Amino acid sequence: MSQIFHHSTNTLAKVSIFGAVFGAGAGLWLLLEVNRSPYVTNVGVAREQPVPFSHAHHVGGMGVDCRYCHTSVERSAQAGIPPTKTCMNCHAQIWSQSPTLEPVRASLRSGRSIEWVKVNDLPDFVYFNHGAHVNKGVGCGTCHGRVDRMPLMWQHASLQMEWCLECHRQPEKYVRPKAEVFNVAWEPPADWSASGRGAELVKEYGIKPRTSCSTCHR
Amino acid sequence: MSAEPPRAPFEARVEFAGVRPKAERGRALWRSLDELQESPEFLEFLHREFPARASELEDPRGRREFMRVMGASAALAGLAACTKQPEELIVPYVRQPEQIVPGRPLFFATAILDRGYARGVLVESHEGRPTKIEGNPDHPASLGGSDAVSQAAILDLYDPDRAQTVRSFGEIHSWAEFVAALKPVLEKQRAKRGAGLRILTETVTSPTLRQQLEDLLAELPEARWHLWDPGAGNAYAGARLAFGEAVETRCHLDAAAVVVSLDADFLASGPASVRRIRDFAKRRRLSDDGAPLNRLYAVETTPGLTGVNADHRLPVKPSEMEGIVRALAAALGLPIEGGTSDHAAWIAPLAKDLQAHAGASVVLAGEALSPEAHALVHLINERLGVVGKTVSYSAPVAAEGDPASLGELFAEMSARRVEALLILGGNPVYTAPADVPFGDAMMLVPFRVHLSLHDDETSERCHWQLPEAHPLEAWSDARAFDGTASIVQPLIEPLYAGKSAHEVLALLTSRPDRRGRDIVRDHWRPRLGPDFEKAWRRALHDGLVAGTALPETPMTVKLGDWAKAKTPAAAPGLEVVFRPDPTVGDGRHANNGWLQELPKPVSKLTWENAVYMSLATARSLGVRTSSSQDGGTESAGQPTPQGTVTDLVQITLDGRKVSGPAWVLPGHPDGVVTVHLGYGRWRAGRVGNGAGFNAYAIRGSAALHWATGAQVEKTAYSAKVSCTQDHWSMEGRHLVRAGTREEFEHEPRFAQELAEDPPNNLTLYPPHAYEGHAWGLSVDLNACVGCNACVTACQSENNIPVVGKDQVGRGREMHWIRVDRYFEGRPEDPASIRTWSQPVMCMHCENAPCEVVCPVTATVHSDEGLNDMVYNRCVGTRYCSNNCPYKVRRFNFYLYQDWTTPTYKMMRNPDVTVRSRGVMEKCTYCVQRITRARIDAKNQGREIRDGEIQTACQQACPAEAIVFGDQNDAQSRVAGLKASPRSYGLLTELNTRPRTTYLAAVRNPNPEMPKASHG
Repeated sequence: MSQIFHHSTNTLAKVSIFGAVFGAGAGLWLLLEVNRSPYVTNVGVAREQPVPFSHAHHVGGMGVDCRYCHTSVERSAQAGIPPTKTCMNCHAQIWSQSPTLEPVRASLRSGRSIEWVKVNDLPDFVYFNHGAHVNKGVGCGTCHGRVDRMPLMWQHASLQMEWCLECHRQPEKYVRPKAEVFNVAWEPPADWSASGRGAELVKEYGIKPRTSCSTCHR
Repeated sequence: MSAEPPRAPFEARVEFAGVRPKAERGRALWRSLDELQESPEFLEFLHREFPARASELEDPRGRREFMRVMGASAALAGLAACTKQPEELIVPYVRQPEQIVPGRPLFFATAILDRGYARGVLVESHEGRPTKIEGNPDHPASLGGSDAVSQAAILDLYDPDRAQTVRSFGEIHSWAEFVAALKPVLEKQRAKRGAGLRILTETVTSPTLRQQLEDLLAELPEARWHLWDPGAGNAYAGARLAFGEAVETRCHLDAAAVVVSLDADFLASGPASVRRIRDFAKRRRLSDDGAPLNRLYAVETTPGLTGVNADHRLPVKPSEMEGIVRALAAALGLPIEGGTSDHAAWIAPLAKDLQAHAGASVVLAGEALSPEAHALVHLINERLGVVGKTVSYSAPVAAEGDPASLGELFAEMSARRVEALLILGGNPVYTAPADVPFGDAMMLVPFRVHLSLHDDETSERCHWQLPEAHPLEAWSDARAFDGTASIVQPLIEPLYAGKSAHEVLALLTSRPDRRGRDIVRDHWRPRLGPDFEKAWRRALHDGLVAGTALPETPMTVKLGDWAKAKTPAAAPGLEVVFRPDPTVGDGRHANNGWLQELPKPVSKLTWENAVYMSLATARSLGVRTSSSQDGGTESAGQPTPQGTVTDLVQITLDGRKVSGPAWVLPGHPDGVVTVHLGYGRWRAGRVGNGAGFNAYAIRGSAALHWATGAQVEKTAYSAKVSCTQDHWSMEGRHLVRAGTREEFEHEPRFAQELAEDPPNNLTLYPPHAYEGHAWGLSVDLNACVGCNACVTACQSENNIPVVGKDQVGRGREMHWIRVDRYFEGRPEDPASIRTWSQPVMCMHCENAPCEVVCPVTATVHSDEGLNDMVYNRCVGTRYCSNNCPYKVRRFNFYLYQDWTTPTYKMMRNPDVTVRSRGVMEKCTYCVQRITRARIDAKNQGREIRDGEIQTACQQACPAEAIVFGDQNDAQSRVAGLKASPRSYGLLTELNTRPRTTYLAAVRNPNPEMPKASHG
């Protein structure tokens, strides 16, 4: 009886079996990677804004404190986007004729808000609280990155749940002295993890990060 | 209400006499007649979580709908994970108001009007959007408590069906055009001193509005001001008989050891009801330091909240009421004749008890009693020596109305003597008595204006419909039950072009463009003392003007002809009782979905009024006595709308007819039917149109509260109603545990002895530690009166949608907290019926059956013992709900939330996720409030204080029956309550270890009363 299958079928079968297992794995891996990529998370993607406001210039160049504009960051869930009036505190005097700032002046004249594009946008079922974090030694830079080097704002971290949990599970790695919270340029010293300083701060500040779902979802 | 084709007569297969005792120990409680007789329909209903085929799509568009939904699901299921978040905008202020911190709500004190009277409230405002109404702890009518109607006012504010512009014959106009049209009319009236001008208002307590009206009448002395409140009773008329002048009667229930209600549903209605619940519950709490247990006797017709909470309830026909009042007066030794002897066995021990507690008792008369009966009750209270102790009098709070006032206006309009009619609020075309065709007579008036929140039945017949500003949008003032004045301040600019009654009245004066704020301020300027600005700000901050409560005046009853007995005219046929609806009132709340869907306190009907009657009356009329679920009896595959089917009956009264669904209400006396007003509106809006039947259609002006000589007959039609009494039934024993004071004193742990809890280690799962807080909640069943304020408060706080009558009929209502109502006794004997209320929300079990069956871990245990629900994980298997023995989980079968109407977006609580279709949800113990308190405490470097976190239900509860707190903290209130011998858990024999526990009810019956009345 002659062979029904050609000899090469053996190879084909092996490749198929191998391919099925690894191909599925590779597909899954690809999906996860895509989901974590800037294509989905928007990390590092600078956003166009109605006014090209530069954090690099205001924070990095002139050293304006975060809280000058984001006034409610210590008291509220929301850090607060400054009202037009805050911009005009200075820009009524300097660059008062600049065409770039015309939308700001127009807003003050007309009473209509400037519509900024949200850069760090959490899903609507997540309830993040700025106050709870900055009051416990989590620096602005920990989540927002080096805003003093961002001409236009971009998202620094993925804001995905695994990223949140990294810190909620090991706060000692990310906490900083309260005095440095608003210093976006602060870097932990080289011996930070060895010194046990983080663990000390966690104890000192009474940090008990929770990982129950209702901490953020409700 | 829909009529179905004629059907075969219902066979009386119900036999209650042979019903076996349900429990060997404890109390035999039942929710409905179906449950009592264990009808196959009920058992089917009980064992299926939702009614038969409720999970299937059975609307007339069935197949197409199925394709549409499944198609969408398939598409969305695949794509949901791949969608990128859409770009969102941040819109900051241009100039940020000083006190606003984005993300932190502000609270403003103001007042909500309840039929003209003020209820002090605090309104939560998120960046200028009012979102939630709470009671004002400083206000005498609230003391922090609230009621369902005040809570629901927020939904009225954002109602998209509100009148939005000035309209004339349906066409959109402007205020300027109205003023121009008004000018010649006004000039003509000025010339004839207002002889043709008539103003019709509802009850007015606003000092400013009253002043404005009086000023106007001084300027135009021939003009007249009429009052019409369809729910108004005879209290002022009775006081006029007894004292020669109208007075306001106040009672101080916290000082009363014995309370007698003569058809006075004081726990459910009236301007002081919230305060009265608070005072009443104070004497029911059995706390160690508290006052001794009080005793409540209720004589009533329609089973209401007061009867539910009574230690002794006597169901009588309304025609018997006056005889009972007279008999009680005679039994107390007063020279009053004409008393009935029918209830001597009931009245004698009652009178004895009253005398034994002379000085600490009180008798309350219902609004519907005759003026003579009111006067007799004043006499009884005087005799008991309680005036100045539990009862006090003051000058009337409201501008005195006279029920004949509307009739006079009607006569003048019919005689064409009225040339201009200004109706400020109210809906007289709909609410006028049937023999006063107000709407027809109105058409003879050449200039008709109606100011109202909605473009309603009256607006339709007016030349000008003016949009009224909601109390949360406008400046005003109002007085509470004791006369305390509150300034009503706006929380938001009018959403539409609304104006207040003050501003509209100003249009009639020489200064037409005065703003509401100026009008109210100018009224108060000479009345607030030397430093006006300071006192004004203080009044706004506190929500009341200090020292404005009317002083108590001593009064003495003057005996007169009224004390002589009348011979009541005996009339054949049934008696009919008219009452404002417990939720939608006289019809003014008909377009409020929260109130429509709120189950009525005793009957548990929603979206509907019914003809309530006793079992015996129902049998004599031949209507079905079993509220059978029709779904199971139809052949399979035929789409059948689910719901409860009952017979339609027709009431004929003085030749006027109306039809409504019959409903057997255990405890209702025989020979009388009750109909609630406020339904059957045809121009209420999208929510209220077509719901129920219009009982005003048979209500004559001679008998506003009850009538005799009605014929009630069964029609060939049946109706589908949505009643929640069998929904979410728990299968178990001893859900409501109650005892008498004697039982409690003999064995304080009587409630705990009814069930045995399994040992703590009887579980396969590792135990939770709960090192920090352990949140728990305790509900005092003795204090709870079953008023439903918690249900609406929860709905408002947690963005809970309204699902509609059809969906409620399928058992899909979404309320996170429900108030279960149980009956006890023999349904044939109304006097034997006792009723119990039990609020049930998520129990937050420590061994939660729901958690272990969720395939996607969407419901999980928190480190503080909360049973967390993670909406974004939920895929809608509903296993959790299946496994929940308490039936507290709610599933979004459809997209119940209105995601498109812009005003509703402003209404929602921004701290709670707005749920979508296909997601399970349930009570979270208001986790957003826990989180807010935790973060505030952490930021301030302290621990959370006991009592700092109040759940929405707890905050609203006028009886203070709900207490939330940390049960790990031995000093907390909730830990103390859980250690009480009365504390017990529901179905703890299942080893669920619930965090919500109950305090057993302890009633205080009088051992000398006839046996039947306390079961």
